[in-house]
Amino acid sequence: MSSRLSGLFAGLVFLSMGLALYMVFIYAPTEAQMGVVQRIFYFHVPSAMTSFLAFFIVFITSIQYLRTRQEKWDQLALSAAELGVVFSLIVLITGPIWAKPIWGAWWRWEPRLTSMLIMFTMYVAYLMVRAYGTRPLQTRRLAAVLGIVGFVNVPLVHFSIELWTPEQQLHPQQVSLDPHMAYTKYASNLALFCFFFYLLHWRCQLEKGSRLLAQLRRQAEALLPEEKR
Amino acid sequence: MDTLPYLFAGYTAIWIIFFGYIWWLQSRQKQLQQEIALLQQKLAASEADPPA
Repeated sequence: MSSRLSGLFAGLVFLSMGLALYMVFIYAPTEAQMGVVQRIFYFHVPSAMTSFLAFFIVFITSIQYLRTRQEKWDQLALSAAELGVVFSLIVLITGPIWAKPIWGAWWRWEPRLTSMLIMFTMYVAYLMVRAYGTRPLQTRRLAAVLGIVGFVNVPLVHFSIELWTPEQQLHPQQVSLDPHMAYTKYASNLALFCFFFYLLHWRCQLEKGSRLLAQLRRQAEALLPEEKR
Repeated sequence: MDTLPYLFAGYTAIWIIFFGYIWWLQSRQKQLQQEIALLQQKLAASEADPPA
């Protein structure tokens, strides 16, 4: 992506984020039962959706890497996994902050929360494999397998509300939103998707840079005497 | 019950995570660029002046 296009995309992120924040804090009405804390919903739910998108990208690019062994797929998988963990972390932090005044507890071991925590832990494990693997090719293959297997948990998180009975959970099974609230949610979704793709591009460039540096280090080790490296 | 402090805490956490991640990306990018430039310079110098 050229720097001009990248600048335009950054502008789009800025505009969509500004619009989303305006709608969250000014346009959307205050929810009658929960009060103002319900406004966390507009970043909590879209962050979860963005993390699902990120892990879906990990799933697809991991398959592609195992099929073709092209580095670009591996770079994309790693970048998307890291961003998925960032957005899941937002979900796991904002959830309890919202839950405390509404449910009276920071955390409950109910299906949605537990499956989300498991999903987060699985992708943290994926990043740890990437960070501490000593043989690059083996590490990439192992990570690709983890990226495919780990995705099994994503639909489980999404459909946990329908898979378990209402008595076993605190999340509502059906949510009917006021149109203003629904538009605000769509605007937040759009803003976070734009932000995600902007960060994904940036993170991929960084990964390319890291691999170029590793290559240059190998060249330097072969060509330069130790005191000049 | 006044839930405003929870709303404030929630959005503060979101922006700390976003800006923290952007800061990490930026500092990593800067460090990488410096290391790449330095190594390229050293490799170019060694090619211009090969060891005898």
